[in-house]
Amino acid sequence: MRRWLLWLPLAVFALVVVFAVRELRAPSDRTVYSAMVGKTVPEFRLEPIVKGKPGLGVADLKSGQPRLLNVFASWCVPCIAEAPQLMKLKAIGVPIDAVAIRDTGPAIAQFLARYGDPYQRIGDDRDSRVQLSLGSSGVPETFVIDGRGVVVKQHVGDIREDDVAALAQAWREAR
Amino acid sequence: MGWFVGLAIWAWLAWACLGNASPLAAQTRPPADYANVQLRDPAQEAQAAALMATLRCLVCQGQSIADSDADMAGDMRALVRRRVAAGESAEEVRDWLIARYGDYVTYDPPVSAVTLPLWLTPLVLLAIGLWIARASFRRRRGHE
Repeated sequence: MRRWLLWLPLAVFALVVVFAVRELRAPSDRTVYSAMVGKTVPEFRLEPIVKGKPGLGVADLKSGQPRLLNVFASWCVPCIAEAPQLMKLKAIGVPIDAVAIRDTGPAIAQFLARYGDPYQRIGDDRDSRVQLSLGSSGVPETFVIDGRGVVVKQHVGDIREDDVAALAQAWREAR
Repeated sequence: MGWFVGLAIWAWLAWACLGNASPLAAQTRPPADYANVQLRDPAQEAQAAALMATLRCLVCQGQSIADSDADMAGDMRALVRRRVAAGESAEEVRDWLIARYGDYVTYDPPVSAVTLPLWLTPLVLLAIGLWIARASFRRRRGHE
């Protein structure tokens, strides 16, 4: 029996320990990202959900001007947390459209009255069809879309204070 | 004494029902058509059901959409049934979802450079096992 083979189990064990320690120190990213980044938004047309605000279609995202597409819902708590940041982006001059997931008109109207209304259009995505076709896996998510309807960037989760600059920058670069 | 126990049980039942009613009331929309309703054609339903068992629920990551009660899983089941009913094959629906979410969405990932070790490792381990067994059998024979 070759002597060095005796050390093999110990070496394997050391390898497992190294792997475990590395994963514990920096847990792997479990976020589900969309594979649609870099691709054109698929065809869709959503009805309006609140009075006085138009619905949303693909044509609106191909207007020649880049914009944000916010996937949100009135029943989603992190959406409340990101509302002030969306208002900030609106104040800078970033046009924002929205897709409301599994929601109702009165609930959305109440949400906008309470937390501010940064949206130009809101589409009624009652069975998450458009959300699924965008590769979005939850609310809230925000997509930066260039003037030709191509997804440039995806932001998963609520927009925090320190995300605003990066999103504004991505929007500017998409022009 | 008996009437008191009966009353307590009734009170508990009323409380349990009310307690269960509130999450339902909190839902903003009823489940989509086809989320919990089977397709009419049994062959199509079987095809859709087999596919749903291999698709990951994206908000509850450890479950398939067939097992999950999440709203989004319901919407994904509706999507699968709708597309199968429209004549798409299970393979086409799966590819549509992979184009949007990557291989992560399926529990039956295609063979690629990343997944190859998953398929090869058992074979390699088996080969090592056979090699060790052969060596130890040979040694034992040598002793006798």
